[in-house]
Amino acid sequence: MAASAIPHKRVHPIRSFLVGDEPMTTGLWGIIFFIFSEIMFFAGLIAAMLALHSDTLFWEPTNGAHRVEGDHLLPILFTVLLVSTSIPMQFAAFAIRKGNRKAMLINMAIVLVVGTAFIINQYFEWTHAGFGISDGPYAATFYTLTGFHGAHVIGGLVFIFAQWLRGLLGHFDAKRNTAIEAATLYWHFVGFVWLLVIFPLVFFLS
Amino acid sequence: MATLAGAQTSTYAGANAWRVILEWLTTVDHKKIGIMYLWTAGAFGLVGMAFSLVMRTELAQTGTIISAETYNSIFTMHGSVMIFLFLLPVGAAFMNYSMPLQIGALDMAFPRINALSFWIFLFGGVLLTLSFAVEGGTASAGWTAYPPVTLDTGNNAEPPGAGMDMWLVGVILLGQASIFGSVNFLVTIFKMRAPGMTMWRLPLFTWTTLVTGLLILLSTPVLAAALVLGFIDRNGAEGAFFDPAAGGQPLLWQNLFWFYSHPAVYIMILPAMGIVSDVFGVFTRRPVFGYRSMVLALIAIGLLGFIVWAHHMFTTGGVFLPFFMGATFLIAVPTGVKMFNWITTMWRGSNIFPTAMLFSVGFLMLFLIGGITGVFHAAVPVDFALHDTYFVVGHFHYTMSIAATFGFLAGCYYWFPKMFGKFMNEGLGKLHFWLLFIGVNLVFFTQLLLGLDGMPRRINDYVANPGWELMNMLITIGAFVSAAGMMVFLYNVVYSLKWGERAGSDPWEGTTLEWATTSPPPAHNFDSLPEIRSERPLFDLRFGERLQDDPHYHVNNGHNGSNGGGAKQPDTSSREEG
Repeated sequence: MAASAIPHKRVHPIRSFLVGDEPMTTGLWGIIFFIFSEIMFFAGLIAAMLALHSDTLFWEPTNGAHRVEGDHLLPILFTVLLVSTSIPMQFAAFAIRKGNRKAMLINMAIVLVVGTAFIINQYFEWTHAGFGISDGPYAATFYTLTGFHGAHVIGGLVFIFAQWLRGLLGHFDAKRNTAIEAATLYWHFVGFVWLLVIFPLVFFLS
Repeated sequence: MATLAGAQTSTYAGANAWRVILEWLTTVDHKKIGIMYLWTAGAFGLVGMAFSLVMRTELAQTGTIISAETYNSIFTMHGSVMIFLFLLPVGAAFMNYSMPLQIGALDMAFPRINALSFWIFLFGGVLLTLSFAVEGGTASAGWTAYPPVTLDTGNNAEPPGAGMDMWLVGVILLGQASIFGSVNFLVTIFKMRAPGMTMWRLPLFTWTTLVTGLLILLSTPVLAAALVLGFIDRNGAEGAFFDPAAGGQPLLWQNLFWFYSHPAVYIMILPAMGIVSDVFGVFTRRPVFGYRSMVLALIAIGLLGFIVWAHHMFTTGGVFLPFFMGATFLIAVPTGVKMFNWITTMWRGSNIFPTAMLFSVGFLMLFLIGGITGVFHAAVPVDFALHDTYFVVGHFHYTMSIAATFGFLAGCYYWFPKMFGKFMNEGLGKLHFWLLFIGVNLVFFTQLLLGLDGMPRRINDYVANPGWELMNMLITIGAFVSAAGMMVFLYNVVYSLKWGERAGSDPWEGTTLEWATTSPPPAHNFDSLPEIRSERPLFDLRFGERLQDDPHYHVNNGHNGSNGGGAKQPDTSSREEG
């Protein structure tokens, strides 16, 4: 076809790393714009938390509950785990860019397992927090931020799982992999929102 | 094809009607979705107008007809319906309908998500409207919904009921529809342009769609954050976010809310500006003066729109006044550039004045008054004096409500032949224009005067200060004159759909690509596209050959196009110097 007559354009290495050398599809542009809107959503929530922290009558949970030092260990562990799943997710994208569907499925399975473990740990964090959502600004922002982030993790997992099933059915190859690239970008967003912003705020502003 | 269509029309009429309804309910065609947005938003606009008539009846004289609670509910729903269910979706309607046609695309980038946007919008709108039926009535804290009056914590003597929650959830849904829509618009403009349609050749309405899309994309999620915080505050957090007694900050809501709602003003007015630019480009028979400066001004308005939100909060004492005052003054500059360009386009143009052009000129007049009173407000001392008076009400109605509505009505008259293949009736259109123009000026200019005299907004009764009763009566008369104008418009729509004069594919001698296809366009939009060598491809198609040797005819080549132009490129210097 005519496309093969066009000489292969050099792609910027960062672009190549993130979304491969193939032309950007509409789906990829869509997910990139959507991630920008998600960033603004979390920016709104985080700005609210910082504003409340800087100027409130009381910040600590009103029922007197405190997070004890040892409590930081588990959240830190699961933070490392969640963020490091960006690596197998990226490997899944690398694999399918070369047409290796099997490696993609294995890497995505790792992401699915660790992501689910993160959600289970979040459930324990919620049930063992010692304060309820109505116990003052810190408690309310804690549940809001971790809750919305958790919802986004679950959304990401559902999306990845759907693509994993499609992979089992034999979908995706080196040319047609927009959904995998989109899932990878979204998963990076979910991890980095947690690592860079929500985790430090929630666990060190307490 | 012709025989097939004939066979379909000859089938049993009842079954045919069901088939048509099913087709509209399941459509992913951007044109049909655009038209559905237009009908739905128009219906909601009539509801909003009915609310305004109730308010004006109440305020026509001193003394009360309806209770303060009902009045609160009515003005809240007037604002919410008009903004979230009329102005924003009407903009979305035109962006859906015209933008893909203007860039020569088959459809939007994500047709099914486009349909999803519409249905989420409709569901959110219905939810908002249904709050009249619940106990405690609708939200009644104004469309700005400032806490703590929205909260149900102990501090609030009369906490709002479930209607407030429905308002919060409804607006979240409407915001979600907007975000999906904006992703769609942006990707469509970036990815779906026809060959030769470079960024510097986009019609101005498409440029406004692009900037509006970016504004929606980056500001609406912040409103969503505010709304979910508000919802959690009422359902679980017991005021920890916004009730000072529980450790919250009412100003936090105002900051988050206006971070969206100031850009939202531009989300409403920019598409109207785009329509008006295109209309001027056609009915002055000249290219729009300063195409690139129009685009740059548009981008500047978009950028500045993000750093001025706190001018809505000058009197709270919680914002840094000099910065927000300065930034707000700055917005007058790109807006002034646009006004200058529109007026200069008409200057020595071969102007003709069909109704679409009348409404565009009306837009300029109304937006001028609205814009200049906006500069008054940007000055902190003036704002301190006029805050929460009818001067504010007059100002924002002049800009984002009435000016935007005039722009959208210009769009209705301009694109109606494209949408339905028939002209709107010109006589009725002119009657509509003059009734509406006189009516709204009577309403809102009097409101400016009333505000200068100190009458506060959002009250259902007032003392009979000298002149107040007369001015309020004038406003009420103006409101009913405007409503009569809109009734003429409604009749015109029905009349023109049934008996309107048939319009060809290019009834206005347009310049942009939507006029290159039939009216109404086929499902796939274009059978063939003309060569695109400037931002006025149809003008080139009509006159390019003839004007090839004319030194005054220059083609704007664009700079970033790989597919830029065919064999003939007469002149690369910019056209507006000609």
